[in-house]
Order: sequence, then C-alpha cells, then structure tokens
Amino acid sequence: MSEELLRRTFEVRGRDFENAGETSAEVTSVLKDIGVDPDIILRVGVVTFEAEMNVVMYAEQATLSFVLRDDEITIEVTDQGPGIPDLELAMQPGYSTATDEMRERGFGYGLGLPNIKKNSDAFVLESEVGKGTRVCSSIRLNVDG
Amino acid sequence: MTVAAIRDLLQGEVLTGESLLDIEVETAVASDAMSAVLAAPRPKALLITGLTNIQSVRTALIAYMSAIVYVRGARPNAATIQLASDRQLVLLATPLGMFDSCGILHSHGVKGAI
Repeated sequence: MSEELLRRTFEVRGRDFENAGETSAEVTSVLKDIGVDPDIILRVGVVTFEAEMNVVMYAEQATLSFVLRDDEITIEVTDQGPGIPDLELAMQPGYSTATDEMRERGFGYGLGLPNIKKNSDAFVLESEVGKGTRVCSSIRLNVDG
Repeated sequence: MTVAAIRDLLQGEVLTGESLLDIEVETAVASDAMSAVLAAPRPKALLITGLTNIQSVRTALIAYMSAIVYVRGARPNAATIQLASDRQLVLLATPLGMFDSCGILHSHGVKGAI
C-alpha cells in the first residue's frame, strides 16, 4: 500500500493573473526541499502551472490539491466554472476558446490540457457544462520495482 | 556561448543577474506562448520572448531555463524582475526584434531548443 506523506490544498482565483503560478512555485519548492528528482519536479511544475492558468483564464475559482505518496504525486484541480462541452475537442493541441487578452498574457494557445496529459502517467478530465471541470494528474515516482 | 556574449551580440541590457553572466547557453526557444515553451522544456536554455508579465519568469523557472531575453525593448515590471533576482534567473532586454535576435544568436552557434 502506498503511504501518504504530504497533502496541501490551495485556492486558485479566476482572473487573478498577477498571482497565477504561485501555487506551482510553492509545490515545486516543497519538492525541491525534500530532494525529489528534478525531472519529476519539472513535470509537476508544468502540470500545476498549466492547471492554474486554465482556472485563472476560464473559471471562477478552484481548489487544487497536491498529494505526495511514497510512489506517486497526484495533482487534482476542481473548479467552479463554465465547464467544457466537448472534452475530445478540448484535448486537441491547438484548439482553444481563449480570448485575445488571454493570448496577450502568454497562454490560451490550446496547449494547456495536452501539456498536462503529456506530463501525467494517469490523467482524468471530467466536466459538466455550467458547473465546472475536474482535472486529475498522477505522476509516478522513480521507485525501484 | 556565455550570457555575457549574448548580451553583447544583442546590444542588450542586464535587468538582473549581473553576477551570473558567465553561465553557458547552448540552446534557445523563442515564443510569446508560454505553453509552447512548457510543451518541450529544455533545461538551461535561453528564452527569447516579448512577453514581459510575471508568467514569463515563472515559465522559465519551472523549465529550469538559464536566462530570458526580452525583445523589442520590452521590459518587465519591478515585481517580475525581483522574482527573477530572488531565484537567480538572468533577465536581459534588447532593442532588437525577435527575428533579428534569433538570427544573430543562431548564426553564432546557438541552437533551437524545440
């Protein structure tokens, strides 16, 4: 059985571009402090940063939970937002409903969800239009066996 | 190529990281789309961008990049420079555009990171 070593929960506010990325900075800082493999930290950083930016761009608010176990890291983001009508379309690289304003801020090019999936060993995307979206990413740690 | 050499080639100005200019950079990525940078992160690469908000620095830090060159005379605000300073990330500003910046660096041996 895998053992839970650390659990942190963060609130992410929609439209808060100034602070977007602070959660990923904090999560990666914790992982650096405890000596996690830099390649794993990079993947966790990309997942949390992209997930935060999605919340900031599209949702009202979200809860991001980060759980470190002895064999994997899980990042789960549940937002209150408009939801995604077509999940398959949303996963297509380059597909985006972002506004010009979002793109001027460096995001909204249709790469966020594909980047999250690419860096995940397990990836779940669920959404209900009018209610919100849940993204769950798991990243296995380099444990022998 | 050192960051100092990049500064000289691009007629750049050091915004922070004056003590880190001897860092060697072999590859670079040029984009205003941060997700494109994160799609193929290349540690120790140089980021060339016109995007000056704090997410440019956060992107470079997550991807373990060595330095950012802001093109077209763009400059980040004080909070963005401070974050880079705190995390030992070099920031340069050049009056040159992105195309010229890339061309100059490529002709001097810097390779694309994507």
